[in-house]
Amino acid sequence: MSLLGLYRPGRSWLHRLPAGAKLLGLLVASIVVVALPGPASGVAALVVALVLVVGSGTGLRLLLRTVRGLLVVVVLMAAYTTWQQGWERAVELTTDLVALVLLATVLTATTPVDEVLDAVTRAVRPLRRVGIDPERVGLAFALVLRAVPTTLDLARQTGDAARARGMERDPRARLVPLVVRSVAHARATGEALDARGIAD
Amino acid sequence: MSRLELRDVTVALPTAEGEVPVLGSTTLTLTEQRVALVGANGSGKSTLARLLNGLVTATSGQVLVDDLDPARDGPAVRRKVAFCFTDPAAQLVMPTVVEDVALSLRRRHRDKAERRVAAREVLDRFGLADLADRSVHALSGGQRQLLAIAGVLATDPDVLVADEPTTLLDLRNTRAIADLLFSLPQQLVLVTHDLDLALRCDRALLVDGGRVVADGPPAEVVDTYRSRA
Repeated sequence: MSLLGLYRPGRSWLHRLPAGAKLLGLLVASIVVVALPGPASGVAALVVALVLVVGSGTGLRLLLRTVRGLLVVVVLMAAYTTWQQGWERAVELTTDLVALVLLATVLTATTPVDEVLDAVTRAVRPLRRVGIDPERVGLAFALVLRAVPTTLDLARQTGDAARARGMERDPRARLVPLVVRSVAHARATGEALDARGIAD
Repeated sequence: MSRLELRDVTVALPTAEGEVPVLGSTTLTLTEQRVALVGANGSGKSTLARLLNGLVTATSGQVLVDDLDPARDGPAVRRKVAFCFTDPAAQLVMPTVVEDVALSLRRRHRDKAERRVAAREVLDRFGLADLADRSVHALSGGQRQLLAIAGVLATDPDVLVADEPTTLLDLRNTRAIADLLFSLPQQLVLVTHDLDLALRCDRALLVDGGRVVADGPPAEVVDTYRSRA
């Protein structure tokens, strides 16, 4: 299970920080990290993210689990970028990506989802005038966070199923059921929200 | 008890080959506290149950829940009629136990602190208080189903429609969930393959081929079902 999308109760200063401040911080950090060119900014962001992970008290083991889920993407991206654009660009992209994932992890690990939901709902409330329902936007945001561990869970299950059939090397045996089950799960979640009147 | 009515209701679902009838013309009124819907897989009993919450819309005819039409008064009907699915995994949309129950209470309690207290009270009522901060992923099947039921009952609906709520559970959890369902003050419409549960209801309906083919005391309906199986 990835840490992303899972709140870990705690008493760190990051836990005490309001959800809105953390969301705003993540937004600003994302813009700065992506906007600043060169590998140095990525490495600096990664160091800051690691310091925040340690400060949040979420634990090294869970941190490694989160990064492990990204490992394949990072390695493929690094290899391709090194080949196409050189190692400096590869370092920049991979450190940017890992830093942002870690920062998002710090947010979700130190903030209950309903606080995120409240913060997003408050932030988009002025848009009510143009017909946007803040509750729905907040709920959509919370569902996206929830979807991450759920999708990883489905990926593990479909991987197990492919292995059980001796098809672990066949990408179709992993990807097709994952897509189908993810869509089915999304549909079932929509039905459940409807049934609970949450989307009303 | 609420009055659940189907007046000449049919349901047809669109497919690539055109519309496929799922439920033939059905007229009935449910006023009993506990009603069982039994029948084979694909017989149409879940469709019938879903009509009551507005998850499925009638192709023709009218569904009424205390004179409210789910097609027209969806939010009001959903406040009256809670729905519990077979697989609680899809129903639990928040990461932790207390957050999932709190989600149901967002409209009732705007204040976050009040909502948290109310959610913990609900968890206490359902014996889930010790699991409040646990991830929903870390729960057993029985705990998940219990949480799903707690989540939909948090808003005190009048009716609970439960679609095979024990199908994925072991014997011990089946008994625990069944005992909970039958202890609720709410009117219960229970879709089930467990004929022992059907026999505990006040009325049973047998659905076969998209039609209600038997309706009456559970013992008689279950006998009819067994003779047709």
